[in-house]
Amino acid sequence: MANTSTPAGTSAPAFRAWLPVVALGWLIPGGGHFLLHRRGRGALISLSVVMMFVLGLMMRGPMFQPQTGDLLTTIIYTGGFIGDLCSGILYFLAVWLGYAQPDVAGHVHDYGAKFLVAAGLLNVLALTDAYEIAVGKKD
Amino acid sequence: MPKLNLVSHFEAALLFALFSSIVLGIVTKKTDKERLQYGLRCFAYFVGSVFVIGWLMYFGHR
Repeated sequence: MANTSTPAGTSAPAFRAWLPVVALGWLIPGGGHFLLHRRGRGALISLSVVMMFVLGLMMRGPMFQPQTGDLLTTIIYTGGFIGDLCSGILYFLAVWLGYAQPDVAGHVHDYGAKFLVAAGLLNVLALTDAYEIAVGKKD
Repeated sequence: MPKLNLVSHFEAALLFALFSSIVLGIVTKKTDKERLQYGLRCFAYFVGSVFVIGWLMYFGHR
């Protein structure tokens, strides 16, 4: 039988240490790093994610909506929607301000959709970094 | 918001590479020097991949 007990001295980090950092970092890209007083890194992350998202909007990339059907459709559309959502306030602002670009053919629109999703995925990387700093795994 | 219509595949890939490399450099390494080096290396890999895949598609499409 596998040993499921944790070794002495190692326990899961307290929610209080990382939850506000991760929540703020998701909502405002780079916000988690600012909360941890890593202002330079926070500013660069914020700039990169915001620029990626804004370029996606300027290319008129469509936002993904969750769809089910065959496996590939479900993965692409639901995964894309989650990626869009990971941009936090940028996604909500765009949707609340009425951004609803239809999915039309064209390489610029295609790139736009990828930029929008990539902005969210870069924010996930930043969240992971902020989490590791908050729990003391990283400086 | 102005529409960005005149961006080519290459320009879009460069912009993508630039911002991705910045974040990858920041989140991966421990010192600022390592971050800068890793970010530049990532950017070079992205751009190199664009050229390699671009030529592969060119010859594959002939």
